[in-house]
Amino acid sequence: MSEPTNNPLVEFRDVSFSHATASAPVISHLNFSVHQGETLVLLGESGCGKTTTLKLINRLLSPSSGEVMVEGKSTTAWDPIRLRRRTGYVIQEGGLFPHFSVRRNVGLVPSLEGWDEARTRNRVDELLRIVGLEPAEFAQRYPGELSGGQRQRVGVARALAAEPPLLLLDEPFGALDPLTRASLQRQFVDLTRRLKKTAVFVTHDVREALLIGSHIGLMHQGKLLLLETPENFLKSKNEQALAYIETLDLAPVDSQAAEEGK
Amino acid sequence: MSFWHFLQQNGTELWEHLREHLWLVFISTLVALAIGIPTGILLTRKKSLRGPVLGIANVMQTIPSLALFGFLIPLPFIGGIGARTAIVALVLYSLLPIIRNTVTGILGVDPNVREAAVAMGMTGSQVLWKVELPLAMSVIITGVRVALVIAIGVATIAAAVGAGGLGVFIFRGIRQFDNNLLLAGAVPAALLALTADFGLGLVEKLFSVNRSRKVSKTSARKKLTLGALTAIIIAIIAAVYVGSRESGLPASPAQNAHVVVGSKDFTESALLGEIVAQLLEARGISVERKFELGGNLPHDALLASKIDIYPEYTGTAYTAILKHAPITDPRAVYEQVKQEYAEKFKVAVSEPLGFDNTFAILVRGAEARRLKLKTISDVIPYARNWRAGFGQDFMSRADGYPGFAKTYELKFKDQPREMDLSLTYIALASGKVDLIAGNSTEGRVAALDLFQLEDDRHYFPPYEGVYLVRQDSLTRVAALNEVLSKLAHAISTDEMRQLNYEVDGNKRGQAEVVREWIKKKGF
Repeated sequence: MSEPTNNPLVEFRDVSFSHATASAPVISHLNFSVHQGETLVLLGESGCGKTTTLKLINRLLSPSSGEVMVEGKSTTAWDPIRLRRRTGYVIQEGGLFPHFSVRRNVGLVPSLEGWDEARTRNRVDELLRIVGLEPAEFAQRYPGELSGGQRQRVGVARALAAEPPLLLLDEPFGALDPLTRASLQRQFVDLTRRLKKTAVFVTHDVREALLIGSHIGLMHQGKLLLLETPENFLKSKNEQALAYIETLDLAPVDSQAAEEGK
Repeated sequence: MSFWHFLQQNGTELWEHLREHLWLVFISTLVALAIGIPTGILLTRKKSLRGPVLGIANVMQTIPSLALFGFLIPLPFIGGIGARTAIVALVLYSLLPIIRNTVTGILGVDPNVREAAVAMGMTGSQVLWKVELPLAMSVIITGVRVALVIAIGVATIAAAVGAGGLGVFIFRGIRQFDNNLLLAGAVPAALLALTADFGLGLVEKLFSVNRSRKVSKTSARKKLTLGALTAIIIAIIAAVYVGSRESGLPASPAQNAHVVVGSKDFTESALLGEIVAQLLEARGISVERKFELGGNLPHDALLASKIDIYPEYTGTAYTAILKHAPITDPRAVYEQVKQEYAEKFKVAVSEPLGFDNTFAILVRGAEARRLKLKTISDVIPYARNWRAGFGQDFMSRADGYPGFAKTYELKFKDQPREMDLSLTYIALASGKVDLIAGNSTEGRVAALDLFQLEDDRHYFPPYEGVYLVRQDSLTRVAALNEVLSKLAHAISTDEMRQLNYEVDGNKRGQAEVVREWIKKKGF
């Protein structure tokens, strides 16, 4: 990218998507951009189309109408293999290959890209340290021998392996216990700032959205209702946004009331 | 003779058949893998093909193996008699579990993992080779395990098409009521199946994804076990291969001094085959034995040039092959057969060998003496309270049961039991049935105290023993003429019965019995 700061890394141009079998569109007329260094959090309830939006970016899905531009080029014009190798992807539970050791999981894209063994090895060690796993202890383990949080760290390390400019994350911390989740969220923010990564992050957890996002896109029934910075999101008068903001205030009160009621 | 003693005596032959068996199973499983796994992969990609292909594979498995062999024999390239036909049949049986488990295994891969693989930028074939196949491997191996056990079982039936294997012992054991023979075939086959099942069970475990804590140990043990198994398999294959070379498959039948002798799947036919084989060998001719071919296989094999010569009965040729209505004049039957075989099949018919193996209607000797039975007509008043048991052959042929019952106006208590011919003798002797249609040269008629009723209404056509030889074989191998003229009218019915009894009753090897007989005859 010659002018990374001005050109959006990802741009949705009036994008709609519907499944061939169903008539109702999953998402309709999406327009937004993600610039270099930004972390866009797509926030919404289950079935609002946020995961579909994510999959349109690395062409796991292709738009029914409109265009998704990545690095200034429509995803349908990209070689999908090239596009995906330049895009880190993290899903819930990591989607790790259960028959690969941690080392092979993390080193997958570099080895697909033909890096030599020594370089891959060094890169894997480096990444495991970045996500807080000591290579000597963890590199030879299999996913089945890790805790949920450790698996998720490996998933992030794998997504970062070939130094992709863009990271896509689909509720990566959803299945973790609250303490592990909070720790990983903080480390993730730290990591993306330090490595200056651009990320699109899907969640239904408004706290996570406020903590992680440089921008929050609120999705509802396949539409993008608003796209704001976290500060402006909190000031929003949008009905859906207010519903989310309320949960921030009410949740502790509710739990207190529940405890008192016992 | 104890089973152990028997094994010691027949060790060489057992090893030979075991090797044939392993070879059949090995080759057919290999072919089934080469076809089944790609087909299974294809089916995971093309949903519309899944139903029809699995349906066909399913139907294949339900076809009884003997019927499948029968269907394959006349087909070009894949058919005929011998190992090839057996392998084709075994492959067809092995396909279903392999295809089905490949499909199940691949479709069972966690969709998240597959999606992650695609999202990492793997190409279609990388997803298949690096993710789907390794994760599906333990399920696929379960399929292979099932296929292998099926193949080991079905391969015992391969003996019926002359492919050898442990089934040779089993078939012979059934015919000769020899439990040692039966066990010699059945026990190794069962052990083989158990071993294969256990071995692949180990492999399956190694490929299972749920690994235990101690990774380094697991992978070290995995390598060790896999290595050991590979070594064992290679050793077996090498032994089988070297063995098959040593036994020296003597070149093609087209060679001059080489004759392939066939026989039907009962003792008498095998004895007659052995007689010709030994007489030819005494004249320096190399002989390949394709004995114990089931049903009309020897006929098909003769016409297809797979064998040069086999013993037949004039009555069988006349009715079963040439499809004429049965007649009772031996000379007329013989002449007609000779003429038509020459014209239609270019096959020569030898002079009659001197015995007539016609159907013998048999009852228990004690019964015959008590009721003073002499002829079949004497039975008519008692038949109403009797049960009859007949071989499949007798039930269906033109000169068999329907005409027989009509000629003698016989009505039995129930519809006659249809069973294996050799089993009818035992069924009669033990009182399970009261009347059977056996063979007049059957060695056990005297041994089991059975009585042959006279065919007083002359229903049964003659079944004179003859050899059928391809005309081109006669011109190619001059010694055949010489041997056949020596055997003309050389074996009486009594002699034939005695030879049969030596094998079936006294449990002696047919080669030895024949050698003794040839010596006695001074050929």
